[in-house]
Amino acid sequence: MAANELVSQDALHRQLGLSDERLLDMYFMMVLARKYDERALLLQRAGKINFHVSGIGQEAAQVAAAFALQKNKDYFLPYYRDYGFVLAVGMTMRELMLSLFAKAGDPNSGGRQMPGHFGDKKNNIVTGSSPVTTQVPHAVGLALAAKIKKQSFVSFVTFGEGSSNQGDFHEGCNFAGVHKLPVIFMCENNQYAISVPIAKQIGEARIADRALGYGFPGHRIDGNDVFEVYRTVKEARERALRGEGPTLIEAMVYRLSPHSTSDDDLAYRTKEEVQHHWKLDGINRLREYLLQHSLLNDELEAEGLKKIQLVIDEATDFAEKAPYPRPEDAFTHVYGDEQEGSTNAGQ
Amino acid sequence: MPVSNYLDAINAAMFEEMKRDDNVFVLGEDVGVKGGVFGATKGLYPAFGEERVIDTPLSESAIAGVAIGAAMYGMKPIAEMQYSDFMLPAVNQIISEAAKIRYRSNNDWNCPLVIRAPIGGGIHGGLYHSQCPESIFFGTPGLKIVAPSTPYDAKGLLKAAIRDEDPVLFFEHKKCYRMISGEVPEEDYIVPIGVADVKREGTDITVITYGLTVHFALKAADDLAKEGISAHILDLRSLQPLDTDAILAAARKTGKVLVLHEDNKTGGIGAEVAAIIAEQMLYELDAPIMRLASEDVPAMPISPPLEKQFMLNPEKVKDAMRKLALY
Ligand SMILES: Cc1ncc(C[n+]2csc(CCOP(=O)(O)OP(=O)(O)O)c2C)c(N)n1
Ligand SMILES: [Mg+2]
Repeated sequence: MAANELVSQDALHRQLGLSDERLLDMYFMMVLARKYDERALLLQRAGKINFHVSGIGQEAAQVAAAFALQKNKDYFLPYYRDYGFVLAVGMTMRELMLSLFAKAGDPNSGGRQMPGHFGDKKNNIVTGSSPVTTQVPHAVGLALAAKIKKQSFVSFVTFGEGSSNQGDFHEGCNFAGVHKLPVIFMCENNQYAISVPIAKQIGEARIADRALGYGFPGHRIDGNDVFEVYRTVKEARERALRGEGPTLIEAMVYRLSPHSTSDDDLAYRTKEEVQHHWKLDGINRLREYLLQHSLLNDELEAEGLKKIQLVIDEATDFAEKAPYPRPEDAFTHVYGDEQEGSTNAGQ
Repeated sequence: MPVSNYLDAINAAMFEEMKRDDNVFVLGEDVGVKGGVFGATKGLYPAFGEERVIDTPLSESAIAGVAIGAAMYGMKPIAEMQYSDFMLPAVNQIISEAAKIRYRSNNDWNCPLVIRAPIGGGIHGGLYHSQCPESIFFGTPGLKIVAPSTPYDAKGLLKAAIRDEDPVLFFEHKKCYRMISGEVPEEDYIVPIGVADVKREGTDITVITYGLTVHFALKAADDLAKEGISAHILDLRSLQPLDTDAILAAARKTGKVLVLHEDNKTGGIGAEVAAIIAEQMLYELDAPIMRLASEDVPAMPISPPLEKQFMLNPEKVKDAMRKLALY
């Protein structure tokens, strides 16, 4: 007992300011995201939904980053694989499922957008689109608002490494550098953009190093190491709030699933390569840490998994039974203050 | 004559032109090893290698801009935009550059570039995998725009586009890829840009359209024939330049015109077609020109009832055609 306590006193998570409970929460949040993803894949295969884009392999980085930010204070601009992130900043499993089934109650878009296209004002999740990287300048704009309005929040934006080759990335970074804005850019480098490997996306270079050209720090980190992600994002946040400007983080991960349910990944990469990366999975790594530090045991784990299973089952059922939007809803909300046909009419 | 689907016809056109002319090459996202997300470039990478079938970084502005540079040197790039929705980062290169290179250099330089892009909806793609971008580019002199509806036209127009000395936007409807098959000759041929095609002869009403909605109109015309209504259907095939003679001839044939397209109504190709007819033969018409197009909302939502409500289909087209016939 005493020996155990000693271990946890010195434990890395404590040093980073993460309590045992919070670390455990973090772990189960990652597992929740993973299980959601697996369920979505099953639902797609069963023909219950048309499309799913997976975040498997990136949950550890997403959740660790979210835990280093301030819910309901900071502004979030996640990209389409960030289920772990949005769950961690307040989106519920029911809400994710409503979006997956494209139901009227989906807070992201009322069933208008593909799943994985997040947006939910009540949780400070800024609405996003499919054309990649358009969210990067938006994050800079939110940070600009924070500066002008003297508010102490940061904006946090994610994107893939392929997407970092859009002009919007470079223009956004440069703008943020000029004005030293409180924005954190996190690239989830999963080493593929659909079929195109990193070597064909960027030359012999690192995305993190691009920050140099815009006058702020860039860090390449192991995205499967939750502590490194947590610490880096936390420091970037503190730096931003001190008025020292943006940070670029390149979290190295691996896309363990095909690009989407429409993709056949074995046409361009090998099974062996994918299997190798399964061994590096960040969720598993945290699990081992928890076991080592006696923060997790069989009983706790079984209990946690059972809870997750129930939450997902309940949400699936709820969303499946929830109503679709009415056909005429296709034509509402083109502009504000609609007289007719508004779904808000009478409220 | 061999039968091919629309996607294979596009693939064959690129394959044959790459064989025929070393200057032809393909670039775009996922066009190499994967063969394109829809499979349009399948087989090109193994046949021609990575220098002529280039998997590019995820940068549409560079795809277009680099292709323009190579074209100015005298090469014949075929740039693929993965979805026309994702072509918008390249609009500056297309409209400010490709379209104006010949004119601004007083005919010193030209830009023989083809940009292929899948358009249209009905595939559960949601807002950004379903759009029709024609009206964004339509009305930009210097660009040619084609939008074939059949495998025969797709192959012939793509070959014509590749051999053209000016920039051509080649809009292929993704719903046609596997759904539409037809005869495609084995021997080399082109379909000239700027020439429309009568897809069905008729005497009561004229439908002027292009792309996927050609098939909706043909289906509706079959049904209406049983009701005693005879429809004449003109497939524009080329949107820029428009085949004005064919438009006027088709309108004269019946005196009642429905202009039909999936792009939204306001500012669409249909507005120009209607204006051409009104300008030149208003008093020969027996009914006001009718337009059927997608609603003026920003883009097509994904939820099945919303998508269904938004999308045109043979039934909606038939109702409009019948209404015009009864006018
Ligand atoms: C502007 C634009 N071009 C193309 C696409 C099609 N597309 C969707 S995801 C994707 C690959 C993105 O790769 P990356 O940025 O590495 O993110 P990842 O999917 O690997 O997480 C592409 C090409 C798009 N959505 N937007
Ligand atoms: Mg990637």
